[in-house]
Amino acid sequence: MSMKSLQVSDVSISYNGSLAIDKVNFDVEEGDLLGIVGPNGAGKTTLFRAILGLQNYSGVIKLFGLEGKKYHPLLPLVGYVSQKVNFEQNFPATVSEVVAMGILPEKKLHKNATVLQNCGCCWNRVYKKINKDSDKVLEALRTVNLESHKNKRIGELSGGELQRVFIAKALVKDPILLILDEPVTGVDVETQNKFYNVIKKINEENKITIVWSSHDLEAIAKFANRVACMNRKMFFHGQKEEFFSNKDLLKTYTESAMQIHMHHH
Amino acid sequence: MIFDIFAYAFMQKGLIVGAAIAIICSLMGTFLVLRRYSLFGDALAHMAFGGVSLGLFSGIYPLWTAYAVSILGALGMTKLRKSTKISGDAAIAVLLVSGLGVGVLLISATGGFSVDLFSFLFGSILLISNEDTILILGISAGVVSSLVLLRKQLLHLTFDEEQAKVSGLNVDRLNYVFVIIAGVTVITSMRLVGILLISALIVLPNITSMLLGKGFKQTIIASMSISVFSVVLGIILSYYFDLAPSGTIVMISVAILVATLCAKYLGLVGKAAPIAKTI
Repeated sequence: MSMKSLQVSDVSISYNGSLAIDKVNFDVEEGDLLGIVGPNGAGKTTLFRAILGLQNYSGVIKLFGLEGKKYHPLLPLVGYVSQKVNFEQNFPATVSEVVAMGILPEKKLHKNATVLQNCGCCWNRVYKKINKDSDKVLEALRTVNLESHKNKRIGELSGGELQRVFIAKALVKDPILLILDEPVTGVDVETQNKFYNVIKKINEENKITIVWSSHDLEAIAKFANRVACMNRKMFFHGQKEEFFSNKDLLKTYTESAMQIHMHHH
Repeated sequence: MIFDIFAYAFMQKGLIVGAAIAIICSLMGTFLVLRRYSLFGDALAHMAFGGVSLGLFSGIYPLWTAYAVSILGALGMTKLRKSTKISGDAAIAVLLVSGLGVGVLLISATGGFSVDLFSFLFGSILLISNEDTILILGISAGVVSSLVLLRKQLLHLTFDEEQAKVSGLNVDRLNYVFVIIAGVTVITSMRLVGILLISALIVLPNITSMLLGKGFKQTIIASMSISVFSVVLGIILSYYFDLAPSGTIVMISVAILVATLCAKYLGLVGKAAPIAKTI
């Protein structure tokens, strides 16, 4: 039986009285590569922030079966790459140094491993022991194909490379769940495709459960195995094939996306 | 003989204490500059001015009152930033003027400027007592060890506060610890260049080293070296040319920065970053 990594039930979030997210339901099983599609302003980032404990919400969020604040001790093991990382462009740190920031102290790992074990997660994968921190960093950089850039200053990288560095930073802790919030915004199309392959590889080879948001329906169709479609409300959530065979759903999604766009402009 | 000066006890003390202060200022400065807190040192020093005046007014050793007032001020400012929408630079301005205001008020009540106050304003590294030497060396050791212990957390916090929070760091607590260490560093360093020039020691060597270093470690080592070099050379030059050590030290730091900028501009050091490739 596969374990549910994440369960989101009836989650609503409002800003100044208006609903940013309205009773959203979905869940993520271990090993999933879930693509969440939705236009800009659909509440994807807000939803992620709620999962990460950075945003108040009503409803229930469970991580490995632990509800609400109970799962907060596990949050350090969730890798999160935000849409835009605000960092000082001139920051004097090399790529390896930035990735190394993601390493969790041994003590914290022990504690988390115990919590995970208690809720039945395959904790031995989480507690995979690599001897040295520098080896962990190298391995993570290899996964995102950036090994050759390890000694570059962070400000010298392009946007796509930067996002991969941040993914590597999330990978060094062997995350139990990786959340990527529109990771390829502002990256050219060719680069995007290489990037998607990296995501796929992390999911298939490293066996890391991934929740990935995007407004690129095509990319989701190609790479994700499950799809959730939201625009304040969750319109659909299930197997990818089901989503793309349902013409009505596609139409609804496209129309609501249009509405939002018109609303914004 | 040029090395004669090292035979004087006041010179030895001055150089040793100066080097210690150079090290803690540059270490702390790296984090302050990167977090866009460059003027925080100045604000703390101005709070310290209020603290020193309070000490002179009440008859307590001014250094203690300076520590107390600055640390309380720094914590207050952090709280102010967190719980109101006042921006960082405005909060620094609030701290700065209130420290100065209290200081001026108390000084007028005490009966005007004294020699003691002048030494706090402009530094008096060569007049330092044995007790102060030991105190400063001890505190410096404390500051260095806390920064070494907290380096990973502080680096993460400085780079990306939100990510640091998600990785389970207690960001609020770390921020308070950070400003306390900053406060202690600034007050301890007052003896070297004085309240008015403290920012120079915190900011200048770090800006220079950020032009040179690639990684964080390199940058910190470069910054410490530049800082110690400026302080030692400044003290020696000021002795031979009969100048104020504080001004000499600061102007050497400025000269090093300008020279580095020129060298960089001419392409002599740290070749311009290669045009970033796409994947």
